[in-house]
Amino acid sequence: MLIWTSLLAPLAAAVAIAFAPKYAAKWIALVGTLASAAVTIVLALEFPDWISGKFWPSEPGPIWMEELGISLSVGYDSVSLLLALLTVFLMPLCILGSFSAINERVREYYGYFMLLHASMLLAFAAKDAILFYVGYEFTLVPMLLLIAIWGGAERRPAAIKFFLYTFFASLFMLAAILYVAWERRVEFGAWSFDIDLLISFSSSRLPQSIQFWVFAALIAGFAVKIPLFPVHTWLPLAHDQAPTAGSVILAGTLLKLGTYGAYRLAIPLVPAGGVELINVCAVLCIIAILYAALICWVQHDAKKLVAYSSVSHLGVCMLGLFALNPIGAEGAVFMMISHGLSTGAIFLCIGMVYERYHTKDMDLLGGLSRRMPVWSFFMVFFTLASLGLPGLNGFVGEFLCLMGTFIAEHDAPTGYMGVLGPGYAVVAALGLIFAAMYLLIMLGKLVWGPLREPPHGHGGHSDGRSALPTDLNLREIITLAPIAIVCLWMGLQPKPILEAVSPSVERVLADYPALVERMYADHSQPVVVAPAVVAPAETQP
Amino acid sequence: MTAMAQRIDQLWPELMVLTGAVICALIGLSRQRSMRAAVPIVAMVTLAAAVLIEWMRPNSGSESGLLFPSLGHYVKIAIGILGIGLAAIGAGHMDRKFEAQIALGRVSFDPLRVVRGEYHAFFLFSIAGVMLVCGASDLIWLFLALELVSLPTYIMVALGRSNRAAQEAGIKYFFLGALATAIFLYGFALLYGATGSLDLIVIRDWLSVQSALGGLSSMAVLGLLLSTLGICFKITAVPMHFYAPDVYEGASTPVTAFLSIVPKFAGMCALIMLLGTVGWNGHSITASDGVRIAYSGLPQPVTAVLWMVAVLTMTLGNLGGILQKSIKRTLAYSSISHSGYMLIGVLAGPGAGFDALFFYLFAYGLMNCAAFSALASVERRGNDVDSFDDISGLRAKQPLAAGVLAISAGSLLGLPPFLGFFAKAYLFMAALEAGHVGLVVIACVNSAISAFYYLRFVLVPLVAPPSARADELAASNSAFPRIAAAVCGALLLLLSAFVTQMLGAASRASSGYTPVAVGDSAQDSVQSARAPAGGDANQVVVDSSTRHP
Repeated sequence: MLIWTSLLAPLAAAVAIAFAPKYAAKWIALVGTLASAAVTIVLALEFPDWISGKFWPSEPGPIWMEELGISLSVGYDSVSLLLALLTVFLMPLCILGSFSAINERVREYYGYFMLLHASMLLAFAAKDAILFYVGYEFTLVPMLLLIAIWGGAERRPAAIKFFLYTFFASLFMLAAILYVAWERRVEFGAWSFDIDLLISFSSSRLPQSIQFWVFAALIAGFAVKIPLFPVHTWLPLAHDQAPTAGSVILAGTLLKLGTYGAYRLAIPLVPAGGVELINVCAVLCIIAILYAALICWVQHDAKKLVAYSSVSHLGVCMLGLFALNPIGAEGAVFMMISHGLSTGAIFLCIGMVYERYHTKDMDLLGGLSRRMPVWSFFMVFFTLASLGLPGLNGFVGEFLCLMGTFIAEHDAPTGYMGVLGPGYAVVAALGLIFAAMYLLIMLGKLVWGPLREPPHGHGGHSDGRSALPTDLNLREIITLAPIAIVCLWMGLQPKPILEAVSPSVERVLADYPALVERMYADHSQPVVVAPAVVAPAETQP
Repeated sequence: MTAMAQRIDQLWPELMVLTGAVICALIGLSRQRSMRAAVPIVAMVTLAAAVLIEWMRPNSGSESGLLFPSLGHYVKIAIGILGIGLAAIGAGHMDRKFEAQIALGRVSFDPLRVVRGEYHAFFLFSIAGVMLVCGASDLIWLFLALELVSLPTYIMVALGRSNRAAQEAGIKYFFLGALATAIFLYGFALLYGATGSLDLIVIRDWLSVQSALGGLSSMAVLGLLLSTLGICFKITAVPMHFYAPDVYEGASTPVTAFLSIVPKFAGMCALIMLLGTVGWNGHSITASDGVRIAYSGLPQPVTAVLWMVAVLTMTLGNLGGILQKSIKRTLAYSSISHSGYMLIGVLAGPGAGFDALFFYLFAYGLMNCAAFSALASVERRGNDVDSFDDISGLRAKQPLAAGVLAISAGSLLGLPPFLGFFAKAYLFMAALEAGHVGLVVIACVNSAISAFYYLRFVLVPLVAPPSARADELAASNSAFPRIAAAVCGALLLLLSAFVTQMLGAASRASSGYTPVAVGDSAQDSVQSARAPAGGDANQVVVDSSTRHP
């Protein structure tokens, strides 16, 4: 099984690292991630169902726990495969990017990264809800330790906050999954956690009031991970304190577990609940977009700025998903990938500056294009990608998300279009203007203008850690260049990805058109009936 | 074979363990150092032999004449395996200062000053008590077996450490334990009064007659409630949990480990045996308008009390755990909260509920074994480690202990893919099956609360810098705790692959239990009792709010 090979390769690397000498750890980690990446790419090339929207392989895996109905089913559809590709693409680059940044407890560091890699792939590949939960939840442990051990000055509070927020929320998700599985057991007499089986049962059989609560619990679980507005506060702290590679993975793929979970579980599992709550969720997204954008504007710390911009951008992504039409959802999936690439790359760039100057405060740094032209090129490139310059990847996703939201009027004359509407899109689009402002302000401070360097100057740290040349070295260019190429390709040629995603999106949204029409028909009925009753009464006197 | 011979034939594991206890008591007083050092090994070997005897039993241990005929088989094997781990934790711990002085030639051997032999003898007596609890056919046996579990533990608390805290803990534990014993003895007496018998099966028959005739007598219900309350002491459930933090803190590490596992095992078994006399499958109460309402589950007063006890136990346990600075007190609160989770399994009843309960008991025992063996494998100036300060930055000196501590905390927290997650998930699934949705939600919230303090077991040893106190840490003198830590830590990961097999074993434990009378005179009286009630059968309303798949 290729999928299991891609999962076990990093685990094997983790075991090897535990017994390897210190200097070999990073190379073993690199080999482990590259092996996993190679297997996943082979898988993608052989993947027969890019345009069928089905899982591959479609048959369920071996039973793991018979009494609990948990099976070892793994399989990809086009969306999860794309996210798995994103993971295996970013992971080796993170390892490569950590080569000079991590000098203490090296073996543990790369070991935790391998565990993180395996559990993220498991979460994306799982076709069984409990297996998904295992992967989703286990990512917390290595990430907790990565932040708490190799993070910044306030690393422990940040790590604890990160863990507690996500753990608490995911228990709601677990409770919701268990509840749906139990309802299914009552009906069929046996436990099963196969996601497809759960969806086909719950979307049609559960009463609306129960679907409402299940959707609320699932979204509450994923909202913390995404993160949506009121529960986003752990993210800037975690990003700020995490080591560079940790930030890259956090922004690049870990947050995508939340959006992916909403896409894979919350939306299709309980559509009747989704329809009722979607407006609330959309409002939360919009608050996140604007509020986080305004916070970005006043940041002095480059990493925090990018962290808040993540909140804002993922708000756009989720808004597209909550529009409940194919355009918006395709845009959301596209944005998950493109946000992972461009934001991850910006974190890498900031990390490279941090390694040289030991600060990421934008008041102390400035005009770095004079010292580091190559770095400045990449920084400008990825920032433009992030703020949605047409021709780069960010534009496609944001545009589709907003367009999906704009056209998603429930009473559109052309039939079913979704549940949001131009109002939502117009307000959300303000966020893009803000994004252009704060990101360009960041560029203006860091890249252009008069040269400003921190007092000790370049490499002046007494421990001699920064033996790096002023501008990027070859390893760092090799780290950034592939991401830039993929960003450009995705911006110029979005069609293959969108085409691949489209059948999966249609499957996920399959139940919604009928539901939305029924719901608004119910709601509009009294409005139609009332005048008919009142009218004769008024004519009488 | 006569009935008596048959009973004795079931008791080979117990006899094995008791023999071991006698040998331990004897060779613990030997003048030869090697003989004294062999005491924990004797304890482990006899426990292993007991497990093997029970494992090999041809008829898989099913015993006629008992309410739970197969319970003993599972419990004897499970507690035997956990006992081996507990003995390993305690190996080399007792008398360690005295033995060190003897080794240095400062003092000569004095049989009055050593406790190792006695300690391990009492240890084995207590474990034999757990094994006997499951073989109880009547209330007297059950009472004696429960006391055999408890009495040695009072002494072990005081023996394990020669300081005032341990003496205080021992006295506290003894008096409160005596009070609890009085309470459940009172309950037993009321049960006898309500049914006229001490035999659990006869009690079960009479109670089902009472139930069919229009409800349990209030004397029977009171008896059940009082015995439950008394057993709450053994399982450290609210409102009998107050002693736990003080006693766990005062006792030495191996004794604390023992207290957190063995009495709980015995208490849970005794609880389901007592509640088994009324059964989980249907009772009725008479509402004010004379309509009889039937419902599934335990009798309503018992359900209500157990529900409250479960909720309070997990909540107070977890909230208390957050506030602690001492590792042992934190683990005491953690063990309180786990009792609350286990009571969910008791409430869920036969079938999935019991499977989940027995699986959880073993998984919990293993997790606590792992945590305490990691703690026992380090010492500070010849004393137990106790505050989180002591283990700050433990990984630098003892990476194994630090790692196992983190794994056991993850497992206790219920983090996948450790064993604790599957135990907890199955418990929740069983509770959902029995219709206890509210309990599951409360337990989920509680799991989240417990993350606050379990996280300390990960961050303090693995992440925090070594403190000044931690500089004085050293490996303990015996290798057994380290071996136990490695094995338990590995099992917490590896056993996740064998959950199906473990659940199969757990489900055999409660097989053969029937909650209502079958096939004898009581059955006839139940039938005849039901006949007149048939006239107003249309008045029996089945409460549809309790879902039963």
